[in-house]
Amino acid sequence: MTKSKDFWRRYSRNRGAVVGLGLIWVVILVALLAPLLYPDSPWRMVQRPFLPPFAVDGFWFGTDTLGRDIGSGLAHGARVSLVIGLVSTVVALLIGVPIGAAAGYFGGRWDDALMRFTEFFQTIPSFALAIVLVAILEPSLGSIVLAIAIVGWPPVARLVRGEFLSLRSREYVQAAVLSGQTSGAIIFKQILPNTLSPVIVLASLMVATAILLESSLSFLGLGDPNVMSWGYMIGAARTVLRQAWWMSVFPGLAILLTVLALNLIGEGLNDALNPRLAREGR
Amino acid sequence: MSQEPVITVKDLTVALPRGADREHAVEGVSLSLAPGEVLCVVGESGSGKSVTANAMMGLLPKEVRPVAGTIEMDGRNLLTLSEREWQDLRGSDIAMIFQEPMTALNPLQRIGDQIAEVFEAHGALSSKERQAKALSLIEEVGLPDPEKAVRAYPFELSGGQRQRAMIAMALALEPKLLIADEPTTALDVTTQAQILELMADLRRRRGMAILFITHDFGVVAEIGDRVVVMRYGEVVEQGTVGDVLGRPTHPYTQRLIAAVPPLTPPPPRNRNDDAPILTVEGLNKTFRSGGGLFSKARVVKAVTDVTFKIGRGETLGIVGESGSGKSTAGRCIVRLLDPDSGAIDLLGEDWSAKSGAALRQARKRVQMIFQDPYASLNPRRKVASILTEGPVANGVAREKALARAQELIGLVGLDPSALDRFPHEFSGGQRQRIGIARALAMDPEVLVADEAVSALDVSVQAQVLELLADIRDRFHLALIFITHDLCVAAQICDRIAVMRRGEIVEMGPTEAVFGNPQHSYTQALLGAVPGWGENSPLAEGRRVAGAAS
Repeated sequence: MTKSKDFWRRYSRNRGAVVGLGLIWVVILVALLAPLLYPDSPWRMVQRPFLPPFAVDGFWFGTDTLGRDIGSGLAHGARVSLVIGLVSTVVALLIGVPIGAAAGYFGGRWDDALMRFTEFFQTIPSFALAIVLVAILEPSLGSIVLAIAIVGWPPVARLVRGEFLSLRSREYVQAAVLSGQTSGAIIFKQILPNTLSPVIVLASLMVATAILLESSLSFLGLGDPNVMSWGYMIGAARTVLRQAWWMSVFPGLAILLTVLALNLIGEGLNDALNPRLAREGR
Repeated sequence: MSQEPVITVKDLTVALPRGADREHAVEGVSLSLAPGEVLCVVGESGSGKSVTANAMMGLLPKEVRPVAGTIEMDGRNLLTLSEREWQDLRGSDIAMIFQEPMTALNPLQRIGDQIAEVFEAHGALSSKERQAKALSLIEEVGLPDPEKAVRAYPFELSGGQRQRAMIAMALALEPKLLIADEPTTALDVTTQAQILELMADLRRRRGMAILFITHDFGVVAEIGDRVVVMRYGEVVEQGTVGDVLGRPTHPYTQRLIAAVPPLTPPPPRNRNDDAPILTVEGLNKTFRSGGGLFSKARVVKAVTDVTFKIGRGETLGIVGESGSGKSTAGRCIVRLLDPDSGAIDLLGEDWSAKSGAALRQARKRVQMIFQDPYASLNPRRKVASILTEGPVANGVAREKALARAQELIGLVGLDPSALDRFPHEFSGGQRQRIGIARALAMDPEVLVADEAVSALDVSVQAQVLELLADIRDRFHLALIFITHDLCVAAQICDRIAVMRRGEIVEMGPTEAVFGNPQHSYTQALLGAVPGWGENSPLAEGRRVAGAAS
């Protein structure tokens, strides 16, 4: 496959993107191996509280105020973060892509109506809306995913609409109209595949935002009470920040590195998928 | 001309970055220009003509660098200049005008200021003198109402006027050499004639040398003193226009000149006049744009009262300049646009009244071939799906559609292996063939070709025209051929309709319209076509080239 080789060549020209990909692989690996590395529940108290890092063998990240292993929390939290990031992005795409496609393709009144609807969501500060939604729906994995998706889809819709507006007047789309294809077939077979590059780039950045949003919600105590997450760990450690730095620094680093990795990947994808827009001199 | 040449290019070789389809953009190119001479560089796309011009302006992209040869001007080798020295040279010794004057001018700056800026960049004259000079330049290039034109923004001028403004800018510092890269390609034929006249006039008055890059042999015959023919980055033939165009010696030049469509139509074909298959009566289309609470909507009457008939196996040409409404008329006929009023009758059925699912099912009867071979094929679908998805949408079984696609791809002159490839793997002419096959796959009765050969090189153009005529006869199709190019129209059309501002001003058999045009506008259009005036070397060249091949 020369095509995938070519893609990789352009992607790997951006060194940051390769680092990002490596980082995200580490996170995915840790998430997958969490049940093997830390078979116990991350909620179980396993050592004395306030154990600093490297003080006791096997507890390299120390323990928290209740004697729970921070390392276990990090590994299990990675699963939650990745799952929420991915699923909420998929849901946001499922809402945003059809709305943007319909607005861009049909234009006119449809466009007006759908875009006003989209703007309605964009005018509300997204974090406030997410808090309200989670509070109403009761915190659970499902409600958090839904809340993040609902605040996340408007940019997708706007992007897809813009792409559709410009592609709709392309001659190959007109040829498809003339050959008697239905609007559905034209949208999904002719136009949508040609909008994917920017959507993929946006999606990789949305996963990062979703992880941040989930952490923020958990930090405020609005996370799913049954699952360990990085945001919750920081939230729980904030009262003892001065005595036990490791409790908030490690999950904080985990969030930082994951989000950074995803952003680097997004940039690399942008370079690889839109080669003509790639910046010079990389 | 025994004078010292203004500029001499010797054995210029420019390397392309690795991974390009050939090693050198231009190889061993030598040419020189005497003062007051117009040298035309002519070639098809990818022949390296623009790279040569850009090298002479020091405007090559970073990855494309000259590796051998010299460009000598006033005893200096330009290839060794620093960027700083180039900046001094550009504008004052060498100036350039481009194909698209809209993008070459700054849209947010008044024309006068842009001209004055040239003086400013070279630190010449005081601010007041600059303004005065700008005004006199605008007068010289013949912009109407110079006082007003100085204060105009580019968008307020027409295409031809913008090109005049560009020329005024280029003339500002009285360069010895003017490089013109396809300066009239984007212009209508009547405007093109005016710009060519202006350039010839300036050359006479100022004794300036002009390097004129073009793909159009008609333009070469009109304005050139000498001509350089390029192919694949190499010069294949060079000499005076009369010699090269009138007595081409290199086989490539002969092929090119033989492919140039002449302005005279071939003898009319013997056709038994069938009953009309498509009848258009009183077609109207008006565009309204903008218009809100505070502003009046802009209303453009694109098509007014267009009426014509066309029979099976017949070709009707619709010719006109940009904005004449010819494309809008074509789009109304295929129903990509809904006409405001008027009747389109397709074999007794009211074609303009259909809508929704009924229209979708009937669409296959009227198909279109598009202008841009790069935008008319979906880049993400293989040729096989491009050719089959239309028939499949109309209920043809996939295997049957695929078999038909195989047949059609051979018919349009491509290898069956083309079906497994993506559009970007083909050249412009091949893509246009795929577009034709796609239209044919629907088994249409009427085919509308909208500028179908305008984006193609002249040799490819001739082949595609031949293909179109062939399929018209083979499938007994009615072909509506929309074009701005009168020479092309003359070759393929049985009848011609000339459109201006949305109206058909003249319609009749091709030989009548070309031989004895009635309407003054038709006469003006025909008179403006470059290169076919009296004593044009092209007619002689076509005879020689035809005899040789």
